[in-house]
Amino acid sequence: MSPARTANFKQVSHSVTKVDAKQLALGKDSYVGDFAPPNALIVKMLGSPHPHARIISMDVSRAEKMPGVKLVLWHGNVPRIPHTSAGQGYPEPSPYDTFIFDTKVRHVGDRVAAVAAETEEQAMAALAKIRVKYEILRPVFTIDEAMAEGAPVIHDEPDAYVPIPIPYEPENNLVAKVGCQTGDFEKGMKEADFTFDDIYETPYAQHCPIEPYTSLAEVDSAGRLVITTSTQVPFHCRRIVAQALGIPVQKIRVIKPRIGGGFGSKQEVLLEDIVALVALRTGRPAFWQLTREENFRYGRTRHPIRFRLRMGVKKDGTITAIGMDCWNNTGAYGGHGLTVVSCCGSKVLPLYRCENIHFDAKVLYTNLPCGGAYRGFGATQAFFAFESTIDKMAEAIGMDPCEFRRMNHIRVGEGSPIFAALGEGKEGVPMTIGSCALTECIDQGAEAIGWAQRTDWREKTGRYRRGIGVACLMQGSSIPHIDMGGATIKINEDGSFNLLVGATDLGTGSDTILAQIAAEELCTATDKMIVYSSDTDMTPYDVGAYASSTTYLSGEAARKAAADAKSQILKTAAEMLDLAIEDLHCADGHILNADGSKKVSYGDVACYALYLKNQYQIIGTGSHFTVKSPPPFAAHFTEVEVDTWTGLVKVLNYVSTIDCGTPINPALCEGQTEGGTLNGISYALTEEYLFNQNGKMLNASFADYHIFSMRDKPPLKTILVPSYEDTGPFGAKSVSEICINGPAPAIANAIYNATGARLYEFPFTPERVLNAIRSVKA
Amino acid sequence: MKINPKTVTFTINGENKTFITEPDEKLLTLLRREGYKGAKFGCGQGNCGSCTVLMDGHAIYSCLLYAMQAEGREIRTIESVGTHDKPSEFQQELIDGGAVQCGYCIPGMIMSATALMENETEFDDETVREYMDGNLCRCTGYEKIWAALRRVLDRQEAKSTK
Repeated sequence: MSPARTANFKQVSHSVTKVDAKQLALGKDSYVGDFAPPNALIVKMLGSPHPHARIISMDVSRAEKMPGVKLVLWHGNVPRIPHTSAGQGYPEPSPYDTFIFDTKVRHVGDRVAAVAAETEEQAMAALAKIRVKYEILRPVFTIDEAMAEGAPVIHDEPDAYVPIPIPYEPENNLVAKVGCQTGDFEKGMKEADFTFDDIYETPYAQHCPIEPYTSLAEVDSAGRLVITTSTQVPFHCRRIVAQALGIPVQKIRVIKPRIGGGFGSKQEVLLEDIVALVALRTGRPAFWQLTREENFRYGRTRHPIRFRLRMGVKKDGTITAIGMDCWNNTGAYGGHGLTVVSCCGSKVLPLYRCENIHFDAKVLYTNLPCGGAYRGFGATQAFFAFESTIDKMAEAIGMDPCEFRRMNHIRVGEGSPIFAALGEGKEGVPMTIGSCALTECIDQGAEAIGWAQRTDWREKTGRYRRGIGVACLMQGSSIPHIDMGGATIKINEDGSFNLLVGATDLGTGSDTILAQIAAEELCTATDKMIVYSSDTDMTPYDVGAYASSTTYLSGEAARKAAADAKSQILKTAAEMLDLAIEDLHCADGHILNADGSKKVSYGDVACYALYLKNQYQIIGTGSHFTVKSPPPFAAHFTEVEVDTWTGLVKVLNYVSTIDCGTPINPALCEGQTEGGTLNGISYALTEEYLFNQNGKMLNASFADYHIFSMRDKPPLKTILVPSYEDTGPFGAKSVSEICINGPAPAIANAIYNATGARLYEFPFTPERVLNAIRSVKA
Repeated sequence: MKINPKTVTFTINGENKTFITEPDEKLLTLLRREGYKGAKFGCGQGNCGSCTVLMDGHAIYSCLLYAMQAEGREIRTIESVGTHDKPSEFQQELIDGGAVQCGYCIPGMIMSATALMENETEFDDETVREYMDGNLCRCTGYEKIWAALRRVLDRQEAKSTK
């Protein structure tokens, strides 16, 4: 789109080597677990065996006397301060319904008591000695049960509240509700030639980073608490631990080392309060790493959501009405419940032009595992429903599904009433689209998958039938007026720079991206950047890694910090060369005059500033918040083969196109897209929590909860379709989340194209697919 | 025959060493305790492969094996593969190819690939999948790991057919 603007880039728009790749490939100590000292106490948690019960009495005295046990924590000896474990901006749009320990348990695996002992075996032995007397309460497992008249109240504690002015009715198991109306939905439905009214359901699923939740806390020589933890939100973690323990922020340092994947799961403070308490009370380092089973039961999940989607379309392809009702099951605690369901609307409904929109969402407590932030964040669930109905509409009016999407998708210069109506716990922000290459995405993806050869399902016969499906997507880039990122950059004698960022690289490559952006601004090479992220004592604040914000938001902070440092370098160079700043420019790590006859290197400038004259530290700082959340766009295409005898679906080919503005690092953008896409395919085909009648997850291991392996991987083709977003650093938008939204609807539409069977619930297991095929009217 | 039930002796990355252990200690725990921390804990159930090391040249899940089962064997870990100055061929391809995201699975991937390259002479896709299927990655979609490995294997095959 803008080759002229991007042609001169020397650092961004290039696939430079990821700054931490070598240390990780060599297996050097990098993650939280690699830093646990040998004398660390091992923490283990007693999880609730019941989905819903009151703790009548508890006796930890025998556990406390067990060999090696140094501390037992339970509700009788910890502060009771309501907070949320959701790592969000402050005050959070999530209820303060969480306590370090409570007298009630609300899902199988919920916290009951923690033991810290010399060894894991000793801690486990002590857990078995804790005596708990429960009053079993009637559990609530579905959104229907949660909303039913006389339903058991899951959060009946009087001290839970929500810290911002939004509806919160725990007595009705209602965590939040949100909605908006634009235009006249009923009128739009009446004007339509075809209307649709369908229910869609999405499952419980988990992020499954290969590194489980892991935290380490120590009290340093100065008496301060140092928490090294696998977190996406070090600054929120510091604030929440301070709140939950009732200690000052000043007393806490949170260090994020390398993180073994997060995908949203680690935007949560699940372990840190406990290891902090153990370290403070025993004076010993405390280490807690969840087992894989605990990670499934106690870790965060993707919220399962039910949708009722009503839409209307005219024969000419005009969409006359969109009505989306959502019921979000947030499980036992309400973190991210409201914001996830808000994004079902705000990150989805603006994709196609329509004036008459109805959106209504309810978030409900149940006695099942807790939903949290998960890559895609509501948009993933909603796009399954939305893009399925869009496909049905195209068929009803006899229009090619790609053409229908091309005709209706939002364009540069256009806005959507949804942008202004729906924010995160408050109204949104009006926005017009500044960059959009979705038409090109559709064109290139269709070409790559062989869309022209696609035939109607009615023409297909035989046991194995192939079909091609499409889904179009958008997301956002950071949360406007809420998120902020900061960066600091300082120069060293050899012209290298320390780039200190609060932004949180959890494996995504953001350290590299930010180094490229800073280097581009500073006219130097990316390998001159020594990147350090993130440490609440050492780096500026950043909201952390979520809401597709790091490249767009923290990237602009890094660019501003670099520009600040550059202006100081120019000033000093002008003094050294005895020239005016206006006569100087920078290139390849040097400051030069117009014809290049006079120049100094950054190293020379640094040495002059540090040692020779008018000494000072060249140090630039920048922070950035946004007033926009420019959506990236994507079109996903897949070809599947359905075994109509067994219902088995095989993905034969998958094409992901993506408009992420300028791809700062094309290889890493492809990597994000490939990873998110395969995660999405795995989610669409196999991933699902199964529960017994007691609400206990039955498949809490990688043996029973299957995530795709190298053998399962279909051919993945990624096509970057650049646009230029003026408000982003060097034209960039976000890339990380959008890709996971495509597979469920694209595969559903491909199954339909193969068989005529329309799926309203996934994963598309053979059983579900076979049932859908059997109900197809020939 | 074991003399002392509280110790285990095996070759680790070429060095013969004796370690104090317990009968119920897993090999992964012992290795990490002794500083070989490139092998990671991911599931503890032999499903994810992030703990993969080589025993007598075969890739094994060190989270499933008891440390004492290594008695007299030859264990190799990621610490024996490559250095900052000279990464192995596969490591260099992973680095250059943008195949390392969070990196937690990568040491295990490299050990499985090492077993593949040492035990096989022909690297058709099915053989490669067989060796690599036990190492889960959630970040990359395997695309760039696969491509990096394929480049190394194709070169090896070309060399051996010359």
